[in-house]
Amino acid sequence: MPVLDKSTDLTDAIAQIRDGARVMIGGFGVPGTPFTLIEELVRHGPKNLTIIKNDANEPGMGVDWLLSAGMVRRLITSHVGLNGNAVRMMNAGEIEVEFVAQGILAERIRAAGAGLKGFVTDIGIGTLLSEGKQTVEMDGATWLIEPALEADFALVHAARADTFGNLVYAATARNFNPLMAMAANCTIAEAETIVEIGGIDPDAVHTPAPFVDHLVALPEQLMEVYGVVQR
Amino acid sequence: MSSSAKNRMLARAARDITPGMTVNLGIGLPTQVMAHVAADCPVCLHSENGIAGVGGLTAPGQEDRNLIDAGGGYITCAPGGSFFDSAVSFALVRGGRLDLTLLGAFEVAANGDLANWIIPGKSAAGVGGAIELAQKARRVGVLTTHTDKHGNPKILDRCTLPLTAMGCVNRIYTDMAVCDVEHDGLHLIELAEGVTLAEVRAATGALLIAPDGPIPTF
Repeated sequence: MPVLDKSTDLTDAIAQIRDGARVMIGGFGVPGTPFTLIEELVRHGPKNLTIIKNDANEPGMGVDWLLSAGMVRRLITSHVGLNGNAVRMMNAGEIEVEFVAQGILAERIRAAGAGLKGFVTDIGIGTLLSEGKQTVEMDGATWLIEPALEADFALVHAARADTFGNLVYAATARNFNPLMAMAANCTIAEAETIVEIGGIDPDAVHTPAPFVDHLVALPEQLMEVYGVVQR
Repeated sequence: MSSSAKNRMLARAARDITPGMTVNLGIGLPTQVMAHVAADCPVCLHSENGIAGVGGLTAPGQEDRNLIDAGGGYITCAPGGSFFDSAVSFALVRGGRLDLTLLGAFEVAANGDLANWIIPGKSAAGVGGAIELAQKARRVGVLTTHTDKHGNPKILDRCTLPLTAMGCVNRIYTDMAVCDVEHDGLHLIELAEGVTLAEVRAATGALLIAPDGPIPTF
């Protein structure tokens, strides 16, 4: 039985993202950040985006391009400490920022991808991060309800893919990518190498192709930013 | 803090990393403990961005653009290491597989409360993975200078800053002393060489319970 070839032109894939969209972006710092998809998103230019990413990259990199272009209304993240520009915009009220504990951010995304409404946890009890959250009594204790976090689009970066969209990530570039790939209505993956069907051992697949909608091939020569950690 | 006092503190903390442990070292001072762990000590270093088995910092020119730790430093993967996504990484933490974490502090209290992520109006860049590490590692050590740069105590009776987690700290390592949080209060365990009990008491903002007899030094 043949499978669909999900290879998509970069411009066509990103053109689907409209004003007000909720967009998840993979990556933890530089590794796993889909810089080419982000660059095209800036060129396309939708406004009032909600961006969901572990961090805000660093000034002049990745998410910072979206912030500097004034395209972001709200950022859901665990930490923006390496991007002074994001901190400044947050303090000036130019963007709304929702901070989520890192593993809770991951699990909220995972829950959405798994078709769940949320989960119950004691993480953050007694801290500012528990304020305003729904609680539930279980086993004689109070727990927080953490809602699933879904999105309209997920932008992810893979090291390898086959044309059907089975994805393989490299080392610590995996991070939030497989979770986000499962949690969005439409997942757009960029891949450094795209092989024919059968070129990836089914046992080695990190993200199964049914979670991937569009596959964008990266040029052989990656933008410099993919290899730069500025510290 | 002099570099010799800092190195003594790092080496002292490293001595509590024992064979077989899975350990997470927080960003900043705690990361530097790694250099003081014996090379032949079988330890699994976890970093929350998705690796168990951090080898060490990468030699210049040998960096792998896909391989960093949670602090953004280029690292190597040790033999036996593994990579995983962020949900698995924190399942490892919350599920109780982390034997020890060493974290930094703005303030730490005699009741084990830790404040290390937000100074309202000054520093509020997000909590990262600190809450889950502090709340769920089986053992939590804090590495900090005994006082802030103005000489004010960082070890207090109660924290004044918003908490990272309540009652989570087991042991505090500073340039002056090692202290344990127990049910009856804060116990002085060891003094840094050349530091007196009176000096530590004067630099501590909480009641310090000292042992009878001589106090070990490090």
